[in-house]
Amino acid sequence: MKKIEAIIRTSKFEDVKEALRNVGIDFFSYTDATGVGNEIRKGELAYRGTVYDTSYIPRQSLTIVVRDINVQKTVDAILESAKTGVIGDGKIFVSPIEESYRIRTAEKGDASLYNKED
Amino acid sequence: MKKYILLLLMLVTVSVSNYVYADNAPKPDPTGVTTGTAKDVTAAKPGKPTMDELAAQAGHNKVAINMVWVLITGFLVMFMQAGFAMVETGLTRAKNAAHTMSMNMMVYPLGMLGFFVCGFAIMFGGIGSLGTLGGFGGLANEFTINIFGHTFGLFGTKGFFLSGTYDVAVFALFLFEMVFMDTTATIPTGSMAERWKFSSFAIYGLVVGAIIYPIFGNWVWGGGWLSQLGHMFSLGHGVVDFAGSSVVHMTGGVLAFVGAALIGPRVGKYNKDGSPNAMPGHNIPMAVIGCFILAFGWFGFNPGSSLAGGDLRISVVAVNTMIASATGAFASMLYMWLFKTKKPDPSMMINGMLAGLVAITAPCAFVNVQCAALIGLVSGVLVIEAAFFIERKLKIDDPVGAIAVHGVNGAWGVLALGLFADGSYGDGWNGVKGTVTGLFYGDPSQFIAQLIGVTTNIIYVGAMGWIVFKIIGLITGGMRVSAKDELEGLDVPEMGTEGYAGIKMDKNSETPLSR
Repeated sequence: MKKIEAIIRTSKFEDVKEALRNVGIDFFSYTDATGVGNEIRKGELAYRGTVYDTSYIPRQSLTIVVRDINVQKTVDAILESAKTGVIGDGKIFVSPIEESYRIRTAEKGDASLYNKED
Repeated sequence: MKKYILLLLMLVTVSVSNYVYADNAPKPDPTGVTTGTAKDVTAAKPGKPTMDELAAQAGHNKVAINMVWVLITGFLVMFMQAGFAMVETGLTRAKNAAHTMSMNMMVYPLGMLGFFVCGFAIMFGGIGSLGTLGGFGGLANEFTINIFGHTFGLFGTKGFFLSGTYDVAVFALFLFEMVFMDTTATIPTGSMAERWKFSSFAIYGLVVGAIIYPIFGNWVWGGGWLSQLGHMFSLGHGVVDFAGSSVVHMTGGVLAFVGAALIGPRVGKYNKDGSPNAMPGHNIPMAVIGCFILAFGWFGFNPGSSLAGGDLRISVVAVNTMIASATGAFASMLYMWLFKTKKPDPSMMINGMLAGLVAITAPCAFVNVQCAALIGLVSGVLVIEAAFFIERKLKIDDPVGAIAVHGVNGAWGVLALGLFADGSYGDGWNGVKGTVTGLFYGDPSQFIAQLIGVTTNIIYVGAMGWIVFKIIGLITGGMRVSAKDELEGLDVPEMGTEGYAGIKMDKNSETPLSR
């Protein structure tokens, strides 16, 4: 069981959601993420004659926990669908999960994860 | 089925109403042509009024039209308070929304109380007969001094708490002039927003309506010395200010300037090298709606200042007002877009429209529409250059541009009257024969009078504002909130409640870092 965290462009969120659905990943959680980085937005923002830069970069953060066999296809789907080729496309982090429980039934392990064939 | 029941009900209603009213004797008058006849004239013999009765009725109706006009336009001006509240709050930060709104809310009652207690008496206690409102002459006590053989009116002394003036004309005048005063009062709440102690503001609110505004108002509108420069020294018609570019807007603008200079810039506004940081307003849509409420209210402000619905010049006044607002907004949009940040900055478009309105306020009745367009055009550029100058050269932080809009363009409006008045209106203004004529139409002395008006406003309001703000500072232990409260936003420490309760906001990031 692995946790896949992906930081993606907000503009790519719908594409990624669609791509994940196509490989059978229907369940995940996501949050609005704000970051600081190298992205240059100079000259875009001006208020009352003063050009400024908030330096806040908006992104979406996805958290997906999958069975080991599903890790590669999930990662591939995100890699393909979130890419624009321009700096700032984001990152994917994969880490192991020690245990997982489904609260309703107290099932644990792989059984506690969503399974399309159930 | 339901459809048929509805249809049946409608049929029954129509037929019953026809049936009930068909045979009744008094015929209804759907077109209005027969409503209002000789029978409506108050007469001893109904329907057969005498000549005297007719004349009395005509006079009554004339004053009635004027009074209804004064009251309705006064109601429009009152609504401008909402416009000011929205522009000022929209152009400031979310963490101060309840505080900025509260200042704009309380300035209305506080200023009104000050005006009721003594402001009205000081301003209009010596105005004499109220021509367009029926000629009541009870407001006839002006305190004067004699210099060089001339009588200088300084302030009125009749009508404290409106006592001794239980007269319909005085009450109409009070309502109209009260809402004008409140326009002045609410201007400094913009330039001093986001750092002004509420206690300090509250005292100011009373004093501006009671003393600061009425004294200058008396000099121009209440029969005081600035209005008498015409027949005392042959300077045109004395200082002429139709609807208050100087009396209302410049007074507010100068107070805004003095207040903002004394209270200092907001935390984070300037970097160590003196360059300004942007502190974006949190709600541009709110500011735009506020701007439109103000522009709408201005149709009361300017045309209402005729104090007479029977003075048909009001259509010219209204069109001049709207044209100047358009050219002001247009010029400011274009100026930012082409020459400044290359963006048609919304907050500057708002300032530009208001600047055009402020500038046309004094001359609106005396200039032709082409000149009105030009006056607005100039004001749209002037407001931006003034805002930049105040922010970058003088280092005075004015979050909403109140000084540039009301102070600078108020002065421009008064001077523009002295330049462009075309001599088609204002016969007998301030007791001087002939129409009001500006420099470009042949009367340089009018321009000199206007210059004196502007200079006097700066000196008097500047000095008075400085003294009042200093005294208030002593009473409330400084006019400014602590830096800690400012960083957290004034809503909770000053008002005890949040403008947007339950909405998460990053209060610290709303204040830029001074680099």
